[in-house]
Amino acid sequence: MNNRLLHTIVKMLLPVIIVYGIFIVLHGHLTPGGGFSGGAILGTALVLYGLAFGQDASLKIFPESVSKYLESGGVLAIVVIGLVGLFVGGYFLSNAATGVPLGTPGDLLSGGIIPLLMIAIGLKVGSTLMTLFNALLEDE
Amino acid sequence: MMTLLTIFLVMLLVLTAFAVERTKDLLSAVIVFAAFSLVLSVLWLILKAPDVALTEAAVGAGITTVVLLAVLSKTERYER
Repeated sequence: MNNRLLHTIVKMLLPVIIVYGIFIVLHGHLTPGGGFSGGAILGTALVLYGLAFGQDASLKIFPESVSKYLESGGVLAIVVIGLVGLFVGGYFLSNAATGVPLGTPGDLLSGGIIPLLMIAIGLKVGSTLMTLFNALLEDE
Repeated sequence: MMTLLTIFLVMLLVLTAFAVERTKDLLSAVIVFAAFSLVLSVLWLILKAPDVALTEAAVGAGITTVVLLAVLSKTERYER
């Protein structure tokens, strides 16, 4: 089957999509978007690779064991960060009391724990979409 | 000018929604549904909701299309 065109375009497009997704996730506290949108873009990049090169190739670079730990780890990270806030600051997900420096508003490294939450949500959403796609396409 | 563009986009939105419902070829329906999501995303941007627009573009035009295509590869292409 001659799909060199598809493979070339996907190879050129994939780094751009991944960089854009990481940008949206890391700027979640400054610009529109955030963990969910950026994670959805990252998941779309992985699914695009799986559609173009086949499910075996995509499972080789992003195996089931990795996505399993990323999915559970994302949720666990949010709960642990929230509980740290609960014990230190008095309420769930309390921000300034946890001791994470707040920085100047508008900088990339600002907002206390919010960037950490965004990264956790991004990893969770991206790997969940990949798992969903693999579960849909696997043979019975 | 902006009002004219909004009216045009809303009419396009209604048109694509009807097209998704009427067509018997399910592959075309999925592609038209992606176009529906894209038009809706531009409309969110005009309504000054860039956050929703970004999510609509990522989920509506990206993930939904891919998942529906994966489902379509498991079943038949034409509606009976």
